[in-house]
Amino acid sequence: MIPEIGHLALIVALVVALVQGIFPIVGAYKGYASWVAVSKPAARLQFLLLLTSFACLTWSFLQSDFSVLYVAENSNTKLPQIFKFSAVWGAHEGSLLLWALILSAWTAAVTLFGRSLSPLMMARVLGVLGLVATGFLAFLIFTSNPFERLLPAVAEGRDLNPLLQDIGLVMHPPMLYMGYVGFAIPFAFAIAAMLGGRLDAAWARWSRPWTQAAWVFLTLGIALGSWWAYYELGWGGWWFWDPVENASFMPWLAGTALMHSLAVTEKRGAFKAWTVLLAIFTFSLSLLGTFLVRSGVLTSVHAFASDPSRGLFILLFLAVVVGSSLALYAARASKVRSHVRFELVSRETALLLNNVILVVTTVSILLGTLYPLIIDALGAGKISVGPPYFNAVFIPLTIPLAILIGVGTVARWKRDSVANIWAKVRLAFVASLVFGLVFPAVAMAHFSWKAALGMVLAFWVFFTTLRVIRDHARGRGLGGLSLSQWGMALGHIGVAVFIVGITLTSLYSLEEDVRLAPGDHYGLGGYDFHFKGTTSIQGPNYQGARGEVLITRDGEPVTVLYPEKRNYLTGMPMTEAGIDAGLTRDLFVALGEPLGEDGAWAVRIYVKPYVRWIWLGALIMALGGVCSLADKRYRVLARREREALVGGVA
Amino acid sequence: MKARYLVPLAIFLVIVGFLAVGLKMDPKRVPSPLIGKPAPHFELSTLYDPAERITPEKLRGKVWLLNVFASWCVSCRAEHQVVSRFVQMGLAPVYGLNYKDEARDAKEWLRELGNPYEAVIVDPEGDTGIDWGVYGVPETFVIDKKGIIRDKVIGPVTEEILENRLVPLVRKLKEEQG
Amino acid sequence: MRAILFALLLVSLAASAAIEVHQFDDPAQEALYKELIAELRCLVCQNQNLADSNADLAKDLREKTYEMVKAGKDKEEIVDWMVNRYGDFVLYKPPVQRNTLLLWGGPFLILLVGVLVLVRFIRRRPSTGDHLLSEEERRKAEALLQGQEEERI
Repeated sequence: MIPEIGHLALIVALVVALVQGIFPIVGAYKGYASWVAVSKPAARLQFLLLLTSFACLTWSFLQSDFSVLYVAENSNTKLPQIFKFSAVWGAHEGSLLLWALILSAWTAAVTLFGRSLSPLMMARVLGVLGLVATGFLAFLIFTSNPFERLLPAVAEGRDLNPLLQDIGLVMHPPMLYMGYVGFAIPFAFAIAAMLGGRLDAAWARWSRPWTQAAWVFLTLGIALGSWWAYYELGWGGWWFWDPVENASFMPWLAGTALMHSLAVTEKRGAFKAWTVLLAIFTFSLSLLGTFLVRSGVLTSVHAFASDPSRGLFILLFLAVVVGSSLALYAARASKVRSHVRFELVSRETALLLNNVILVVTTVSILLGTLYPLIIDALGAGKISVGPPYFNAVFIPLTIPLAILIGVGTVARWKRDSVANIWAKVRLAFVASLVFGLVFPAVAMAHFSWKAALGMVLAFWVFFTTLRVIRDHARGRGLGGLSLSQWGMALGHIGVAVFIVGITLTSLYSLEEDVRLAPGDHYGLGGYDFHFKGTTSIQGPNYQGARGEVLITRDGEPVTVLYPEKRNYLTGMPMTEAGIDAGLTRDLFVALGEPLGEDGAWAVRIYVKPYVRWIWLGALIMALGGVCSLADKRYRVLARREREALVGGVA
Repeated sequence: MKARYLVPLAIFLVIVGFLAVGLKMDPKRVPSPLIGKPAPHFELSTLYDPAERITPEKLRGKVWLLNVFASWCVSCRAEHQVVSRFVQMGLAPVYGLNYKDEARDAKEWLRELGNPYEAVIVDPEGDTGIDWGVYGVPETFVIDKKGIIRDKVIGPVTEEILENRLVPLVRKLKEEQG
Repeated sequence: MRAILFALLLVSLAASAAIEVHQFDDPAQEALYKELIAELRCLVCQNQNLADSNADLAKDLREKTYEMVKAGKDKEEIVDWMVNRYGDFVLYKPPVQRNTLLLWGGPFLILLVGVLVLVRFIRRRPSTGDHLLSEEERRKAEALLQGQEEERI
């Protein structure tokens, strides 16, 4: 009964989404006030319906109702309760339901927080979101119904993929989807603004906080996924340039460009047409990512069980949504006139350059991701494009980007001079050269020019950001900085921390696969790894072996690690690495296979310097996003406009 | 409307076109670079007679098929019937390459399902498989009279592949000069 | 159902690390071995390199790579050996050749287009120049520019 309620709620939600999509847009065009008024209640009702539907599916999982096919395939009575909950989004159908729920949640949030929007603008925004929701709900109901019954019910479910039985993966998809789907909001604002024919600074101001919020979630989602891969897959890698990872990284890059471009449009009223195009581009990449992950056109480690009919549906949807948006853009953007004046040497130019580089990077990654498919479609061979290519493209492009951060943040709007900028960054320039060159020589095992380059860039970003903080704080103290100024500073410091992490981890990591019998020890990077042997363990839905490894440095014990090798009920072997996390290094031990009779194992040992800084950097960036989001500018504005509105009515 | 504002739409449509074509393709199917090249050398004994040695050179002058199979391979079982039917047509001999298998298991498997092969070549370590670029069992190669590989079927041979691809090809190759 | 089972099986190959113990004559050989297995693709896996995969074929190919490295073969020889058997598909770093020209040249091309668009945009932007046009002059100039634009099209 409960699954049927969920199914019904889903179908009603589709109808409501259709209403939400059509009536407000037509109403706004024709000037029917009653049609426009439909938008808000419809959006909220749609959210409630999807929440109901999602709750029903969750209930089915918690009750282990194996008469529901999706539950039977992805759960098991022995599965720990928390994973029964997260198993809801563990596979295609449920994760798509989560997608739809999150979209409706964002939409409902717009109805709540977007009170400063004019009713017509609100109606158009909700209408666009309604149309997007219609597509996804139709996809869900017609190709991927999570409530499909399995009759007669089976006695026991198949169990959730053990890779997903992990706290990192409980949080990763919701975060990622919050980000992906969140970019639907700036997209909807852009389309609504074009429909209304009003592309102005107000539009940018409305979009900005939403874009930042989505960006924060996407940043955290990607970082969580990378962290999870690092400790759960047992490879010690944290980024593989897999198509699915690229599918999340491309919207992030485009979203980063969008955030910066929105800032210019809001503050200076410039680049309007470009910013609209970026908003469309960013959300298109989110949709493209969904297509790539779920259609099976590309092979990926993380891909869902693919189905060409699903692929066709999303492709059609993608074509309609993006195609019509770009057609609208072509029709409207040419009418946008920008009379904003700025000089060649100015912050506007720096931000434009930032945008160009970010978009070039995004498009290059897109090219590499789709290239095997394009070549295959042309019948010109079958090739693979992997990490060596993406690193070769990505790393050189980040260098000018890091340099630009320093220049752009100190440059003045409208007009500045080279001499003036140089005077501001001179000290930071010298300091970053000195610190960057000295650091690898002093703090690392050996000097490397690549490391020096990375560190110079990181220090450059850091010192120039400090300089900006100092300038803002002059006379007012640190408390005088607005939250959005803190946001920018933190965002950029996050970049610096991230560069440190990537540079030092990729250049100084030590890795060794060794045979260790109980009592053996192995030295790596100044640490001694003593293997004590293994004991067998019994988990709720797996059994396996747990190793004990004592790590010492100069004879002093550092830590004891317990790497595990598990065999799950599904017959899947899993490597649970033992990791000792540290600010300047991670020690990482994973068990391979037992070797011979004497209790020896193949053991992988890693010493990874500064690897935490990668995720720490992402965290700081996200924190920066939260700061700018919380800036009172937006709240004051919202209140002022509300008061003005009330005053006008009175 | 200025033309340059249509550029994004145009690029997007091209990408959608490629994605649509991509939907129909299998990204995991890798064509063999060996097609059109001489069959890689091997010298292996057969399952039933360890003293007998077979090399591709010895098979020069006739059109033959090499079917890579193993008793542990599930889809080989499905394909077995089709391979047997091809042998019954009497067009060309099929040699089996027993890939990374135990001799006992292979014999048991053939006893149960019947042995259509001209001879079963044994490749217990999979070295020959690697030389021939085998990456998934079953695979089937067609070799012409000059000892050149002319086609390769990856995955089980279905009735459709047999009728539309293998039989016409073998017929054609038999016409060619040795 | 079967498709899902299939996917699970493939993931199962991905779930446990491929950890093997090898002895090398010198660090250069070890570095070469690690570089090769990181850059060569496992054919039967979902997008994994030889180093990370636990699939049977990946194990065999790692073994082959190891043997060749031990025998003193250089990177090019080993890569050729792989390509002769499995084609360019095994290379995560595609060689520069006819069908990858656009791949390797693409980013430069895209950057060039980006920079050109940027330069055009900056040169066409209204400058904050000292003598601003009067409103009437501006309208005239704009009309003039528009006329030119249409002629060109």
